[in-house]
Amino acid sequence: MKPQHPPMNNSPRAFLAELVTAAAAKLAELKNASVPVIYVGCATCGRAAGAMDTIAGFNEALVANGIEAIIRKVGCLGHCYAEPLVIIQNPGFPPLLYQKIGVGEAGILVRSFLKDGSDPCYEYLLGALEADDNFPTLMDYPRYLFENRVIMEHCGLIDPEDVDHYLAVGGYSALAQGLEEGGVRVLEEIKAANLRGRGGAGFPAGRKWEIARNVKVFEKLVICNGDEGDPGAYMDRTLLESNPHQVLEGLALAALAVGAGRALLYIRTEYPLAVEIVERAIAQARQKNLLGSKILGSDFSLEVSVFQGSGAFVCGEETALIESLAGRRGMPQPRPPYPAVSGFQGKPTIINNVKTLSTVPSIIRNGASWFTAIGTPGSPGTAIFSVVGEVEYPGLVEVPMGVTLEHLVVDVCGGVKNGKTLKAVQIGGPSGGCLPASLLQTKIDFDSLKESGAMMGSGGLVVMNEDTCMVELARYFTDFTQGESCGKCTFCRLGTRHLRDILEDLTKGVGSAEDLQTLQELSEMIVKGSLCSLGKTAPNPVLTTLRFFRGEYEAHFAEKRCPARMCRSLIAFYIDLEACARGCDACVACCPTEAIFTTSNRKKAIDQEKCVKCGECVYACPPEYDAVRRISPPSLIPDQGVKPLIEEEKEEK
Amino acid sequence: MQAVEDIPVTVTITVDERKIEACAGRNLLSVCLENNIYIPHLCFLEGMEDPPASCRLCLVEVVGENFPVASCRYLVKDGMVVRTDSEALLQLRQTAFRLLVSTNDGRCHLCLANHSCELQRIAKFLHQPLRTKRLRHIERNYPELITEHPYLVYESKKCVLCGRCVYVCGKLEKGYKLDFAKRGIDTVVSFFGSDIDPATSACQDCLACAAVCPVGALNSKRVWQDFTEELKLQGKL
Repeated sequence: MKPQHPPMNNSPRAFLAELVTAAAAKLAELKNASVPVIYVGCATCGRAAGAMDTIAGFNEALVANGIEAIIRKVGCLGHCYAEPLVIIQNPGFPPLLYQKIGVGEAGILVRSFLKDGSDPCYEYLLGALEADDNFPTLMDYPRYLFENRVIMEHCGLIDPEDVDHYLAVGGYSALAQGLEEGGVRVLEEIKAANLRGRGGAGFPAGRKWEIARNVKVFEKLVICNGDEGDPGAYMDRTLLESNPHQVLEGLALAALAVGAGRALLYIRTEYPLAVEIVERAIAQARQKNLLGSKILGSDFSLEVSVFQGSGAFVCGEETALIESLAGRRGMPQPRPPYPAVSGFQGKPTIINNVKTLSTVPSIIRNGASWFTAIGTPGSPGTAIFSVVGEVEYPGLVEVPMGVTLEHLVVDVCGGVKNGKTLKAVQIGGPSGGCLPASLLQTKIDFDSLKESGAMMGSGGLVVMNEDTCMVELARYFTDFTQGESCGKCTFCRLGTRHLRDILEDLTKGVGSAEDLQTLQELSEMIVKGSLCSLGKTAPNPVLTTLRFFRGEYEAHFAEKRCPARMCRSLIAFYIDLEACARGCDACVACCPTEAIFTTSNRKKAIDQEKCVKCGECVYACPPEYDAVRRISPPSLIPDQGVKPLIEEEKEEK
Repeated sequence: MQAVEDIPVTVTITVDERKIEACAGRNLLSVCLENNIYIPHLCFLEGMEDPPASCRLCLVEVVGENFPVASCRYLVKDGMVVRTDSEALLQLRQTAFRLLVSTNDGRCHLCLANHSCELQRIAKFLHQPLRTKRLRHIERNYPELITEHPYLVYESKKCVLCGRCVYVCGKLEKGYKLDFAKRGIDTVVSFFGSDIDPATSACQDCLACAAVCPVGALNSKRVWQDFTEELKLQGKL
């Protein structure tokens, strides 16, 4: 199809208005449809939870019951604990959000809600999207009440594969405004808003753009960094999959501000759905002349394409990203020169995170003063976290900067699961730090977190209860950074390996006070001496856990004890004969090494020689007995005088 | 305007309280070396446009910078004040050195580069033994000897991954292509281009990579074979 070119005398706004009118009519038709409309959350997270099966279930049930309905795929709402999420818009009812809808539930919903229209299935209902007397609305939940969705406002509510949906909710109006007012105005607005890079370091985006704008080079490049690699972080993926046009609009505005004619989205290959959706979005936007040559009738042109990065954590670092774009091994380069001055092929290159670019359109639309009113003076705006781990309601959360960690974990995400106590939060991924429960009053903003020893990072937040060993946690993250180190500089390549080795020995109970000293000193040296920020931040998990949980480290080597009872070499399992039930075999079946035997009084016991400490029996033991005990150090196993039943029978014979 | 910029401008810098004159636009490491101020370095080669700054031994303190900077990448500026011999720097370099030798078996007498090895020189300068006791020894999970290349022998245990060989190989663009492979501790120098015919490969006359290797990890196969024969005759192997 040929791109629609507007008449040259029309302003970008006027041209956009035409597109919006058509889009709004299309969306209104869907909203006022006479048949039910079913929206299914089909981002990667939803699909993993079985959203595609849910769709198949709906289709089947609709055919079986002879009902006509429209099924639309939408993005992710961020409520991981409730996937697959389904919104049903049934004429006569407000749009209702249902949680955990599998194939079976889909059938029930079709039969009892869509067919009869009588029973809205309250048992699966999360809430109504609009205020209604008969249904709880989402605003009644703390999660919705406390969140302030700026970037994620439309995520999960619009179809990411249809540009009209984004246009109808005000999309691309910031771009049209920017095109009319000019790139300098956009730059000024972003600078006034003090938008700080959401990729981790928090460098002001406006200042970066200004540096690139002032370089007197004709060709410039803008890159959206979607190489999200932190374990447990998926904010960028969700944004790319749920609202790709918002990212594209931000990218176009950034290009306009720095005067770039070319833009790239660097997305990792491990996100195939994001790549597919973004590529479709680019094609649609180009077809509507929202990207491409002479955008919206202005004289600004932008070529946008997707580059797939092949799975290296370090490629999220901007100089390594550029190397990888050039077809070389993704190894960071020393800065200066900064990419904003001389990046890809020596051209000024602006690299911004997906979240940073997603924030840009709303700033241009609403003005810098609106943005600075959210959050703190030093870190205005909102922060998106993927809250995971031992938390009641994990998922993507967008809160204003400046709220405390406690507010985020306890109020918004429902606190720790299963009534356990919170021990620590790991914030900022492998480069971040681990903050103890006593520091939960720390405010979430770039500066406060840095002061506390952690960092904002890209937004991963892992909540841990008392069953998580801090030494093992530090070992895990150090192992990750060591494995992802590009091997270029001495400190990162070899230093993190030494840290990992010492930590691994500690988890096995081998170590000394001297080792802790080495850990501390080596970590400090790695911070000082490493070439790129991967190395400079790699020891953070070690440094923070050493600072806040030193006693736990000492217990490992001095008492051969793991206080969290997690490190396998330092724990043992035994069955409390008082609690164990006669005749119950639940644990026997689950044991992979047949270490559990029946005792002479027909209860169960564990043969320590055979036990591999997998912990399966703990989960298999029925909660009413809860007889399996985990103990550290293993020498504490009480002598219960157990004798295998078989041996006793032999003796009797 | 262009012509004016081409004329070298002399700048004055202070290194360890010594005033030094240098041409603007040169890197600090070269300037110091020329003025007999030794700064340990492994990855830097004179004439490199963009030194990789990967060995982290040439770190110096520059007034106004928060972190120590790699002097091979830092251009001299008029009036800058540099410290190359502080206690903190010594510790940092010693740590980097200990890390580098922690994968090394320290059997210098069996090495082609004995007495010409850059590591030996740096060890003397930093007062560090070539087999460190402060850090444990790391066994790398990689064959010790790579002899697949028709003209080269690579000894992974000795390699400090400075990247000099990769740099010259990329510059000359002859024959097989040397580059880094793998990640983390497993990173090694490897050669690519197995489809090239050894007989016509330009490698046999080049071997620039072996010439620039500071530690004798990369050697001409012929020289290495002769050397090994000799060691065997002497009963050392």
